[in-house]
Amino acid sequence: MPRLASHLAWIGVALLGAFALGTVALHRGETINALWIVAAAVAVYLIAYRFYARFIATRVLQLDPQRMTPAVRHNDGLDYVPTNRHVLFGHHFAAIAGAGPLVGPVLAAQLGYLPGMLWILAGAVLAGAVQDFIVLFISTRRDGRSLGDLIKSEMGPIPGVIALFGTFMIMVIILAVLALIVVKALAESPWGTFTVIATLPIAVFMGLYSRYLRPGRIGEVSIIGFVLLMLAIVGGGQVAASPYWGPLFTFTGVQLTWALIGYGFVAAVLPVWLVLAPRDYLSTFLKIGTIVGLAIGILIVAPELKMPAVTRFMDGTGPVWSGSVFPFLFITIACGAVSGFHALISSGTTPKLLENEAHAPFIGYGGMLMESFVAIMALVAAACIEPGIYFAMNSPAAVLGTSPESAAEAIARFGFVITPDMLTSTAQALGEHSIISRAGGAPTLAVGMAEILSKVFGGDGMKAFWYHFAILFEALFILTAVDAGTRAGRFMLQDLLGSFLPRFKRTDSWTGNLIATALCVMAWGYFLYQGVVDPFGGINTLWPLFGISNQMLAAIALILATVVLFKLKRHRYAWVTALPASWLLICTLSAGWLKVFSDDPRVGFLAHAAKYRNALAEGTVLAPAKSLEQMQRVVFNDYLDAGLALLFMLVVSSVLVYGIRTCRQAWLSTHPTARESAFQRLPLGSEG
Amino acid sequence: MFDTLGRLGKYLGQAANLMVGLPDYDAYLEHMRENHPEREPMTYEAFFRDRQEARYGGGQGRCC
Repeated sequence: MPRLASHLAWIGVALLGAFALGTVALHRGETINALWIVAAAVAVYLIAYRFYARFIATRVLQLDPQRMTPAVRHNDGLDYVPTNRHVLFGHHFAAIAGAGPLVGPVLAAQLGYLPGMLWILAGAVLAGAVQDFIVLFISTRRDGRSLGDLIKSEMGPIPGVIALFGTFMIMVIILAVLALIVVKALAESPWGTFTVIATLPIAVFMGLYSRYLRPGRIGEVSIIGFVLLMLAIVGGGQVAASPYWGPLFTFTGVQLTWALIGYGFVAAVLPVWLVLAPRDYLSTFLKIGTIVGLAIGILIVAPELKMPAVTRFMDGTGPVWSGSVFPFLFITIACGAVSGFHALISSGTTPKLLENEAHAPFIGYGGMLMESFVAIMALVAAACIEPGIYFAMNSPAAVLGTSPESAAEAIARFGFVITPDMLTSTAQALGEHSIISRAGGAPTLAVGMAEILSKVFGGDGMKAFWYHFAILFEALFILTAVDAGTRAGRFMLQDLLGSFLPRFKRTDSWTGNLIATALCVMAWGYFLYQGVVDPFGGINTLWPLFGISNQMLAAIALILATVVLFKLKRHRYAWVTALPASWLLICTLSAGWLKVFSDDPRVGFLAHAAKYRNALAEGTVLAPAKSLEQMQRVVFNDYLDAGLALLFMLVVSSVLVYGIRTCRQAWLSTHPTARESAFQRLPLGSEG
Repeated sequence: MFDTLGRLGKYLGQAANLMVGLPDYDAYLEHMRENHPEREPMTYEAFFRDRQEARYGGGQGRCC
């Protein structure tokens, strides 16, 4: 009888999901309520978790609740601690959730909400969650070792080094693109700039407080910090309105870039307790709180989606990013669907805290479903603002011009109605000078969030507050990622350089420390600067590179998972990882190829370079460049970006070759060859 | 009822601390008492500093 009830319940979930998906897909010509999208997503997640994750757990990986996990075996109360699974879920989710799932779906909304939604759901269920879960399993069976180590031990030292080098390059691009999002959101915005600058003294105060006044009281100091933060947002409004202070906090993109580069360097060499750790508290708790708040807000407000299901930009001529749906949609939305970076977390702290193998589906698979839901919410937020406003915010100045009149005219040509008055009044309601060409995704998301949150709390009068709250929330955890990433990159680089110059390996040496930090900051700073001065908005160039590299890391992780399945002699289930790996390889390699070799100068780096070089040869200046020197820089950067895309393709191809070779060897072998740590039984009574 | 609420509160607190890299201090004390009774466990302040260094000192990056 309970069995029958459970079957009936699941049939109910399936029917609800099918009905919601059908409603979303077939509704054309009128607006649709966001709750249909939420219902469809939740039904898909529930069914995938109940059936597919369980299939992977019992058949493919054959999880063993009796088997001792590294957390139990090496329990030291510090790094290795058996942790309650709900507590660990919170830790894992906080570690994987970042700016990626918020920004990608916003950029993809230029196609309408449907393509992005379908890829977020299918990608998460079949690729992203599978990757996170299986990497967590592989690492747990090997004492919680890192992805680079796992590749080295299962596939050999050469692919191990290649993957490590690839990871470093990916990190540089991620830091550059994240910093670019902050610069785009803060440029010419005194309110936003003031609040973000205010986080520095707040963090230092919190750092001193939790170091000397009341050591280790994280909850207490975070509440104080949060109150100060809210005061800073309110104060930011006063500053922006003041004729004296307003201009003092108004910076151009280039000025902010230099400030950020200098800040990145200083923050990475300061002691962690002073700035990095306290701001991490603020950004982590604010991130989780805002995500929960947004979910509740969407449920209460039930906004109508004003963006059509599909727009005319399916043909690849969109102003936000250029290129056809395949392959570019699949690299534009990276994190909400599948993200290679998660493989680093799943083989980082989480496996050292896993109490029991049987918890791995909940943490690994379930954590990614949660992240995917964040991406769905970002898509909803972007799709519930007026399409005219969306395109005004996300199209480059090269398309829109800089005045409300020219922007409204350009958007009318896209087929969306917006008046110059509406653009000006929307900017005013948000407490900004202008909303034209605020590319990067963060400002658009902030407008959508302000739309939803102001309907729950405060009404139209609070829109400007909520807009800057959302900007601050994104800037805060992006800056934390920039700090932590620069620090991590510095250690990676010191390790890498240390192989040639042993002096560099000493991480306590100031010379080595300063040089490696400077190199790291210069690497991402260069791409950031290039993105900021790019007349096409920078996001157009950098986001595809980021998406390609992140998806390639995912492909590498899934190749490793396939190798392990072959080595366990479970190759008949290898499709579980081989199919998503193949799809990611097809998408990223063809996207990489098009970015380098496409004849369309809006897509291909080389074609773009050729166009500018030809103009240079004739001595003419092509808009939007203003001088021959700028033209030369455009050409140089095109070559650099093409080289980088080729490098990523080379990295992933060589890992693929090694992966196929290892799979073949494992297949020919008569016995399992996976290198798991030896089986030890859990003490009685502790399984579960 | 209050028991359950109390436990829920404890778990929420643990989860919040672990999100920023601080494991449960009581669990650490219990581990030291059971397995290394001869060693003096770190004070809460020392434990807090040790974990802070461990979270940001090493190579682990943050997610996109």
